[in-house]
Amino acid sequence: MIDVQAIRRDFPMFAAHPELVYFDNGATTLKPQCVIDAVTGFYTGHTSNVHRGDYAIAAMNDRLYDGARDSFARLLNCLPEEIAFTHNATASLNQIAWGLSHDFLKRGDVILTTEAEHASNLLPWFRLSHDYGIEIRYIPVDEQANIRLDAFKEAMRPEVKAVAVAMVTNVLGSVQPIKEMAEIAHANGALMIADGAQAVPHMKVDVRDLDLDFLAFSAHKMCGPDGVGILYGKKDLMEQMSPIFLGGDMNARFQKSLTYELKHTPLKFESGTPNIEGVIGAAKACDYIMNIGLDEIHEYERKLRAVFLEKMSKLDNIVIYNPDNEYGPIDFNAKDVFSQDAAGYLASRNIAVRSGNHCAKILHEVIGTDSTIRASLYFYNTEEEVEMCVRACADISLENAIGIFF
Amino acid sequence: MSDYLQMLEDPEVLRELIMDHYKYPHHHSLTEDMKYRKVHMSSASCIDDITVQSDIEDGVIKDIRFDGTACTISTASTSIMSDLLRGKTVSEAKAIIDQYMNMVDGKDYDPALLEEAVAMKNVWRQANRIKCATIGWNAMKQMIEESENGHE
Repeated sequence: MIDVQAIRRDFPMFAAHPELVYFDNGATTLKPQCVIDAVTGFYTGHTSNVHRGDYAIAAMNDRLYDGARDSFARLLNCLPEEIAFTHNATASLNQIAWGLSHDFLKRGDVILTTEAEHASNLLPWFRLSHDYGIEIRYIPVDEQANIRLDAFKEAMRPEVKAVAVAMVTNVLGSVQPIKEMAEIAHANGALMIADGAQAVPHMKVDVRDLDLDFLAFSAHKMCGPDGVGILYGKKDLMEQMSPIFLGGDMNARFQKSLTYELKHTPLKFESGTPNIEGVIGAAKACDYIMNIGLDEIHEYERKLRAVFLEKMSKLDNIVIYNPDNEYGPIDFNAKDVFSQDAAGYLASRNIAVRSGNHCAKILHEVIGTDSTIRASLYFYNTEEEVEMCVRACADISLENAIGIFF
Repeated sequence: MSDYLQMLEDPEVLRELIMDHYKYPHHHSLTEDMKYRKVHMSSASCIDDITVQSDIEDGVIKDIRFDGTACTISTASTSIMSDLLRGKTVSEAKAIIDQYMNMVDGKDYDPALLEEAVAMKNVWRQANRIKCATIGWNAMKQMIEESENGHE
């Protein structure tokens, strides 16, 4: 059972902005004091580089940095060496896409994805299509962006070599049947790649149980610092995959004859000085949410969303695009008010939401509107905040939206 | 004229102005006429996607048109701009654009030159909306510069 008031005391942003209703958790999350302390502690108490110092502070940072893999391995139920740190989920997905093209795919191979994906899980694949003749096909989704397994099976032809989809879509919060999809993909000899950016922070993701080949997500959406992405890959696949960046720390040796040898995985994916303090903070965030419990977080958010949805559904001036999705953000518009104008009005009532197309620029063909408002929750949000948001939504009108400028 | 300017200080009047220009934008259709210059402003932000056209001949702005999907501030500011700069010489238009850019940056400006465009005077308080208030104006500025560098 989540004690939300106790949890809120861990987050200094709430004390700094007692009036703020932060419903933009799909964009980024607030940080608890323990994460902030872990990051600043590196600057004030133990600054050094990693993997290259022969002194005690450097050794301490090696332990903290590489030890962060243990936290994420516990979170995902994988081996620590199956976790590589990148700069964000986008960097992880780019590594996977480029790595696949380099080591796994050939011209004419097909990758399946959906029209509901975030740009990060589309553009890297678009480029493979342009540069290497790899074909991109879209798995049909319903009007709330859910993949139906019969449609997926239908799309799973022999030429399909990889499937790349979001576990939870970033706009509509559609939870895809990833485990069943992975089984179908593997039976067909295709790799299963999941974008976990909107899933891992909110629910238990067991990569062994789901049998994922690759998974990408970012620390900042799970109470961690910016600038840290996580790349999970099955060990044998990580060993076969080449890193997109070459340089310092990731090489074992090189000669003037142009030969070089890379370190073993995951170190070969971490070239140059990494975001050391970010990774240390990310491990703290990982421990923090595991301590609360991913199942508890999931259940709390599901209930809070149900209350939110019920109240929003009663408002005559609001159209909701994902009423049947049980999970994730609520995606809506106020009738006759452009999403950014409505979000501006909500901001004037101290409610932070996102407006626009949320980096999912081809999704409008699925839901039939160009831009929406996304209110996304996390485990520190409360029913009182939901009430405040709903009251403000009831007042959204063109007059009020323009009124904020006067 | 001074009565008119005084009226434009009334927040209710300005709010109505934005509302009217949003609901019934002026010069809100594009033309196929090849003599028009055209700028498609879609990269300034994730949301707004508007196209502005202009007919600039002999240093005079003969016509301005626009179309697209945009918020109240983008639509109204572009509509007002299309009224204000029509019929102006390029040098007059540049002076007005400069004053407008000052205003939306929260700097000093000459309200007499801006007329109805003063409706946008408070946009700078919402920093993320400055790009909405300038999207059409920047498109026009770009076309004026092109006309000066091109076949003038």
